[in-house]
Amino acid sequence: MGSSWDWEVFLRDPGGADPTYWQWMLSCWGWTVSVSLLALVLALVVGTLVGILRTLPDKPWAVRLGTFWVEGFRNIPLLVQIFIWYHVIPALVPAMKSLSSFVLVVLALGFFTSARIAEQVRSGIQTLPRGQRYAGMAMGFTTFQYYRYVLLPMAFRIIIPPLTSEAMNIFKNSSVAFAVSVTELTWFAIQVGEETSRPIEIYMGVTALYVISAFAINRIMAFIEKRTRIPGLVAASGGGH
Amino acid sequence: MKKQLLTLAILAAATGAMAQSNDTLAKIKSSGSITQGVRESSGALAYTLGNGVYTGFHYEVCANIIKDLRRQLGLSSLEIKYQPVTSANRIPLVKNGTVDLECGSTTNDRSRQKEVAFANTLYVEEVRIAVKANSPIKSIADLGGKTVATTTGTTSVQLIRQNKRASGLEFKEVTGKDHADSFLLLESGRADAFVMDGQILAGNISKSKAPKDFKILPDVLSVEPIAIMIRKDDPAFKKAVDDSIAAQVKSGEIAKLYDKWFMQPIPPTNTPVGLPASAATKAAWASLNDKPKEDYPQQ
Repeated sequence: MGSSWDWEVFLRDPGGADPTYWQWMLSCWGWTVSVSLLALVLALVVGTLVGILRTLPDKPWAVRLGTFWVEGFRNIPLLVQIFIWYHVIPALVPAMKSLSSFVLVVLALGFFTSARIAEQVRSGIQTLPRGQRYAGMAMGFTTFQYYRYVLLPMAFRIIIPPLTSEAMNIFKNSSVAFAVSVTELTWFAIQVGEETSRPIEIYMGVTALYVISAFAINRIMAFIEKRTRIPGLVAASGGGH
Repeated sequence: MKKQLLTLAILAAATGAMAQSNDTLAKIKSSGSITQGVRESSGALAYTLGNGVYTGFHYEVCANIIKDLRRQLGLSSLEIKYQPVTSANRIPLVKNGTVDLECGSTTNDRSRQKEVAFANTLYVEEVRIAVKANSPIKSIADLGGKTVATTTGTTSVQLIRQNKRASGLEFKEVTGKDHADSFLLLESGRADAFVMDGQILAGNISKSKAPKDFKILPDVLSVEPIAIMIRKDDPAFKKAVDDSIAAQVKSGEIAKLYDKWFMQPIPPTNTPVGLPASAATKAAWASLNDKPKEDYPQQ
């Protein structure tokens, strides 16, 4: 089939706001990147808070709340969560109706990933020897202070490799946004594949953009990992992972 | 998403077998089998009842065609293989010889005619607008400032996009991942209108909780001949298929099948689609042809 490639399909006019299909594809890439980065920020903030909640000493209700959050968001498939945010919650809470599908997808993807990040933060904290916590307490630090100055800096450096995977996953998982009419890359592939009858070329273009996005995050995380490595603690070999 | 990945895998595997001889009749005769392309959900035209059982208007027309082919070839038995196809893989699967007769809901247009051939048209689709019964929207001109739903992966998306550019009307587009989702957008008030093939609109309305709450506007946005797809450059096979179609039109079989699938209650819900044959469909029966979409007058 080598002779029947038709790469000029990207130069055709889709008849809408964008003059050519490739320009339209780049604008759809923009949606993919926006959904992913915003969801990643939300997931890191919420995931860190929930992860900390699950390790607090003598606060059983905080721990239960954290467990509830994690189990709720990681036991429901992502696509189902997207539909719950888009169709079910606005039916129950009319105020949510005015939110755009973009905002709802960021919430759904961010919270879904926050449950996974929370587990990594918790395991990072629990990996540290108990003595670190006690040492912080012995210094006269409050709970907030010994988390801030002793536990979290160490825990975060330990969990950078799994965090890299999560950050890359979020780009790939953002493809579910097509289901609720966010015109991101997967939406573009399905729609334009149909209207041009050239699905293979379109999918190859879209795949390349996904790879570029996820790999860019991988390199950024590898850089952070290298710069924050604690000499002698984490094995010094390897680049990203 | 899995479906798309699977499609890619199939396409990759299928590209190896592109060199096929173009004599479908001889192939059917020597193998004693024919492969019919079927669809999972193309409305009353072609759909599945589950468990590998396929049905619909085009499915039954094809069953009759296959009966006639068997008679013409003088075969005592002819095995029918069913190959489910999707929008993305139907053309490659017909081209590479996997599917002999695609009986789904494929629009006959000029760009596709470069790759495949079509049997004579038996169903002309009209793209129309569904709204709530109490909606102030009376025609396409009222869509300004409104939200319009349609389904990802359909030509309707392209159509409303081009319409928007041509008319200068400003409206918001939302897309459901399938027709049921798009209809839900209209039903739940997230969209003010749903633009789609008439039979899909009629089918979704008839199956909804309160069919009386919806109406289909008289405006026709686009006319598309939907036809059975076959391989290109195989005049003997095309003639055999078209002869069978002509015989079915003449005997009144087509009108009977149309009534069965579009006017009478159909499974699985036993509700009728309720879409009488349009003037364009009746004209196609009266003078059989395989003209592409571009040769039809567009509104």
